[in-house]
Amino acid sequence: MAKTVTDVICPFCGTLCDDLEIQVSDDGTRILEVYNACAIGAEKFLHSQSKDRVTRPRMQQEDGSYKEVSYDEAIEYTARMLVNAKKPLMYGWSSTSCEAQSIGHEIAEAVGGIVDNTATVCHGSSLIAIQDVGIPSCTLGEIKNRADVVVFWGCNPSHAHPRHLSRYSIFPRGFFTGKGHKGRKMIVVDPRNTDTMKMADVGLQLEQGRDYELLSALRVAFRDEELPDVVAGIRKEKIYEAAEIMKNARFGVIFFGMGVTQSLGKNHNIDIAIMVTKDLNEFTKFSIIAMRGHYNVTGSGAVLGWQFGYPFATDLSRGFARYNPGETTANDLLRRDECDAVFVLGSDPGAHFPISSVKKIARLPSVAVDPHITPTTEISKLHVPVAFVGVEVGGCCYRMDNVPIESRKVVDPPEGMMTDTEFLTRVRDRVAELKAQAPVGAPSAAEPQEA
Amino acid sequence: MAEILIKNGFVFDPVTGVKGDKKDIAIRDGKIVDSVSSSAKVYDASGKTVMAGAVEIHAHVAGPKVNEGRNYRPEDKLFVNRAAESKGTRTTGGFSIPTTFKTGYSYAKMGYTVVMEAAMPPLYARHVHEEIRDTPIVDEGAFPVFGNNWFVLEYLKNNEVENTAAYISWLLRASKGYAVKIVNPGGTEAWGWGLNCLSVNDPVPYFDITPAQIVKGLIEANEYLGLPHSIHIHANNLGNPGNFSTTLDTFRLAEGYRANNRFGREQTMHHTHVQFHAYGGDSWLNFESKAPEIMDYVNSHPNLTIDTGNVTLDETTTMTADGPFEHHLTELNHLKWANVDVELETAAGIVPYVYSPNVKVCAIQWAIGLELALLARDPMRCFITTDHPNAGPFTRYPRIIKWLMSKASRDERLNTFKHADKVISATNVGGMDREITFYEIAQMTRAGPAKALGLSAMYGGLAPGMDADVVVYDINPETSFSGEEIERAFSAASLVVKTGVPVVEDGRVINNGNKRTLWVDAKVNENAQVMRDVEEKFLKFYSVNLNNYEVQGHHYIPNPFAIEVDATQ
Amino acid sequence: METVTLTLKTTPTLMLEAEAISPDGLAGKTPDQIRALPVYMGRETYTLGEYFDVSGSPGSTAAETKVVVKGDLSRVKYLGSKMSAGEMVIEGNADMYVGAWMSGGRLTVKGSVDDFAGTGMKGGELLIEGNAGNYLGSAYRGDWRGMQGGLIRVKGNAGSDTGYFMNGGTIIVEGNVDVHVGTHAEGGTIVIKGNAKSRLGGQMVEGTIILLGTVDVMMPGFKYVGDEEVDVDGQKFLMSAYIGDLGERHRKRKGATIYGRLLIRKPAPADIAASREARLARAREAKKARFIAPEETASA
Repeated sequence: MAKTVTDVICPFCGTLCDDLEIQVSDDGTRILEVYNACAIGAEKFLHSQSKDRVTRPRMQQEDGSYKEVSYDEAIEYTARMLVNAKKPLMYGWSSTSCEAQSIGHEIAEAVGGIVDNTATVCHGSSLIAIQDVGIPSCTLGEIKNRADVVVFWGCNPSHAHPRHLSRYSIFPRGFFTGKGHKGRKMIVVDPRNTDTMKMADVGLQLEQGRDYELLSALRVAFRDEELPDVVAGIRKEKIYEAAEIMKNARFGVIFFGMGVTQSLGKNHNIDIAIMVTKDLNEFTKFSIIAMRGHYNVTGSGAVLGWQFGYPFATDLSRGFARYNPGETTANDLLRRDECDAVFVLGSDPGAHFPISSVKKIARLPSVAVDPHITPTTEISKLHVPVAFVGVEVGGCCYRMDNVPIESRKVVDPPEGMMTDTEFLTRVRDRVAELKAQAPVGAPSAAEPQEA
Repeated sequence: MAEILIKNGFVFDPVTGVKGDKKDIAIRDGKIVDSVSSSAKVYDASGKTVMAGAVEIHAHVAGPKVNEGRNYRPEDKLFVNRAAESKGTRTTGGFSIPTTFKTGYSYAKMGYTVVMEAAMPPLYARHVHEEIRDTPIVDEGAFPVFGNNWFVLEYLKNNEVENTAAYISWLLRASKGYAVKIVNPGGTEAWGWGLNCLSVNDPVPYFDITPAQIVKGLIEANEYLGLPHSIHIHANNLGNPGNFSTTLDTFRLAEGYRANNRFGREQTMHHTHVQFHAYGGDSWLNFESKAPEIMDYVNSHPNLTIDTGNVTLDETTTMTADGPFEHHLTELNHLKWANVDVELETAAGIVPYVYSPNVKVCAIQWAIGLELALLARDPMRCFITTDHPNAGPFTRYPRIIKWLMSKASRDERLNTFKHADKVISATNVGGMDREITFYEIAQMTRAGPAKALGLSAMYGGLAPGMDADVVVYDINPETSFSGEEIERAFSAASLVVKTGVPVVEDGRVINNGNKRTLWVDAKVNENAQVMRDVEEKFLKFYSVNLNNYEVQGHHYIPNPFAIEVDATQ
Repeated sequence: METVTLTLKTTPTLMLEAEAISPDGLAGKTPDQIRALPVYMGRETYTLGEYFDVSGSPGSTAAETKVVVKGDLSRVKYLGSKMSAGEMVIEGNADMYVGAWMSGGRLTVKGSVDDFAGTGMKGGELLIEGNAGNYLGSAYRGDWRGMQGGLIRVKGNAGSDTGYFMNGGTIIVEGNVDVHVGTHAEGGTIVIKGNAKSRLGGQMVEGTIILLGTVDVMMPGFKYVGDEEVDVDGQKFLMSAYIGDLGERHRKRKGATIYGRLLIRKPAPADIAASREARLARAREAKKARFIAPEETASA
């Protein structure tokens, strides 16, 4: 016999689908079947069941091999590393719960750490743009119920957010959108002829790195000013046509992704896309939404926001919060040799950072907390495996439109494994003890190692 | 639990009617008591002023739009953030939109022990509660917004008050909310299409209902349930010249209703931040105060309470569920605009704003806010707010109290505006001699808001049996004092006791307190139709499943305090 | 004017934060008081004397003080930040926030500076003899009030985002600039004597950009309105005048719309050939560079 857990939240991408149904064994230890999820989401659940999963912390030895250590030893190592460092980088926080993030922030405040999340290599540029010009936006249900013009700019939901089109943006029938996709115009802007592009009513295949110019041209078109014949490889007639469709929407939305956030100009591309959206609100109703990647990177920004005031790259080294991407961002700290220990939880910088940064992490005292073996755990001095959030332990997560949803526990973690909140709580308490022993301001042992 | 005795202070307490007499306040087990044993810890309050903990009736301090405001304004924190000021407390930051830690500490330092978050989008209730959890010391509740909710629009279109009440009961429980908040009734739903409702009779697109019907229906449902607080409304047409007539139209919607509750509340409508709704003229050129017209009505209608929404003349961040207003504002000042429309429920917008003493309109707004309080004949029905952070940050309350208590300070400000002459001729404040007394301040910030919220049994007074929230300010009411001394004293209390625990001493936070989350658990008869409607709407129109909607669990509400209401029949 | 000289003794391991080092921070203090001032590295606080030798002494006010800082300061932040008067000379390179939020006085850097120099500058003069990093004379994150006044002159090149949200004052870059110059500007003047890349004056509301070299890609929202003669550092140039950004909002004054102005030097035919050759050479170099070293990009 098996039982079914319903209304399960998918801990994969920022779409945070909450309608999964999962069949588990009667003893609650094994996942048998995953329903409603996309292939990637289903894999996330099934992967937790792999036989070769590491279930105890491992310390890297001189020769590069790993030795199993106890959680107590792992806690002691982590606490001492953080207390001894002058400016530890505490990175990740996107694949874990808000509860864990919150405890991590307490530790960071105690040790003078820098908390940065995966936005730094993803939608951090969007966050900067929002700081410069704001953002008119809405929840995904508004798109489902009202939108008749949907623009995908520099994103490919068919692959990266597989259920986005069916749940929220193109196909669903909502309150004012009874015709589903037949009542919606779809505009796709991308330098590549992606699978999403192939579905578009209007496809604008622009020159790589010219998003800013094309968005600017739309603004010129909205104001009925004259355009050069070709902008970003697109003929002006086509730009005027797209502008007219957008102006004549009843309710429109722009979804944008990494194609614009991490190409030339970064935040400026988002900035001007937001201004396009703002301009359109003089004619009709228009919103813009970032296609956030990690399932709870949005939550990390939220918790950092209410506790310290910034959505990422928060430097607590002097006891109060400071923020300036380019300075307090993880890659810049590593590039400039400005941190002397690295703690990673809920992300894989080993896979996502430039190789030069990864090399820097490998040379520093480092701890990686992750259910999986990842490129990051393989370069860290200590790997602490923990239970999967959203599979083996619940917790609060924020969807790409900032809607908070409580993820569910589906099965028990393997015997004796800690959750990340349990591990962090123990580290926090041990840090407090160590700091009580050593007077504040005492010279520390850890010096950054020779690069 | 320890006993505390606060000796020899000049006590101002509208609940027991004490008007500055020298009196001792005794505390045991978190409550005010008649007397304590000789082992009680004694605080000498001689030469100082003693009041109950203050009660904030309307501020935007927790939730998605507040946090978007924080995250999108790093410049609001530049050179402002500070390290923790004592062991065990947290780092603080932000000016117009402080972090949760700073919010709790700043309120406590000014002597506030209860704070109501004024607008909670139900879909984001978890977020609101996570922030409330992280706001130390002060007890907090949050008002879910109802005035543009599709369930409410559909029920009230057909005048289904009982179904509306059942839905309110369900949503208060699902969101762990405290009261029925209405923001720009109908107008925010219209904003879903980029439109607005500017009068109480403007029909809401598609839904075939008017703001007047929404407001009257929600009053009826509120009183059907017998909730502790009345409806709490931000009317249509906020912030526009000439809007005072819309405000009066809105006030009149409450005529003929009687308060029905077991909490001692007398009003059937609380209208918030009336300063933004008391404008005359028909453009920014002939913009003027209509505070006298507004207060004439308020003074003669005991079924109404208001709060002021005083402009503090700071650079701040406006944020409201009145989505179309914020769009209007960004078109005026061109500063960065954030907006979120929330499916089936509400919307919100954010725009930074600089209230400059050099701008005539800002100075007139400043005057109108003060006039409302100075014209209030019953201070138990007019409360001081800044609609934080809309008219200014709540941390400026001591400055507003200064302007209210000292005509000299008020006139000095008025007469040094860049356009003082124009401001004086468009307002009435220059001719007002009234100086609000300590006792009236206690009414406007303690006993009054506590009563309006239906919390007078717990908060806002110093009668035995009430919660021991007691504040000592270092100012002697029997000597002469300057406006500056008033502001200084109210900025940093000598002592704040919250539910029997000293949390502030000499203006410094010493303890994170024992905060509670207040919510209202209203029981109604089983209503199969409403539950069917709820299931259907989640299935068809929401983007989350019904089973993932309700806020539950220790993580969100570690220390709940449910106020129970029985409306079963 | 009295001179106090600070000489860095050891290169900081992590970056050192030394906002105390400015005429305002040092004026009126004895050498011992100066040595006792705090500097910060990570969560540790050190005394200025642990990192710097102090000789000479400051005047009693900032205006009467000249500060000379010597040594390799490329790992020291905030030098001369918030200075309001007096004089300061940084003998070598310096890290971030040089002269940030400065409101007066003269600050000279003999070497190059990293990002955020002159952030939120209100007045005074900042002279950088080497190169400047990104965000020269820009706004702090989120602020719509960038550089308000004063003069920044860079003898070498400047990075991206020069004059971001600029409202007033003048920035002169004698070398080349990277992308996004004068984005969101609402006033002020930016002079580029070398070449610009793309996105010059994007989202510009008001203000002036003068370019003596070439631009790789013009923004679509700039319209040619005629030629005019412009004086740059005492030399006269014939320039093509453009108005824009036509996609952006603009104020009206006395019924006339006020646009941002972009002035680009009209090249002689020989210059056109030379600049084309230079552009192709740059493209070849860039291509080669991509194949030699892995890309290291600063994240933002």
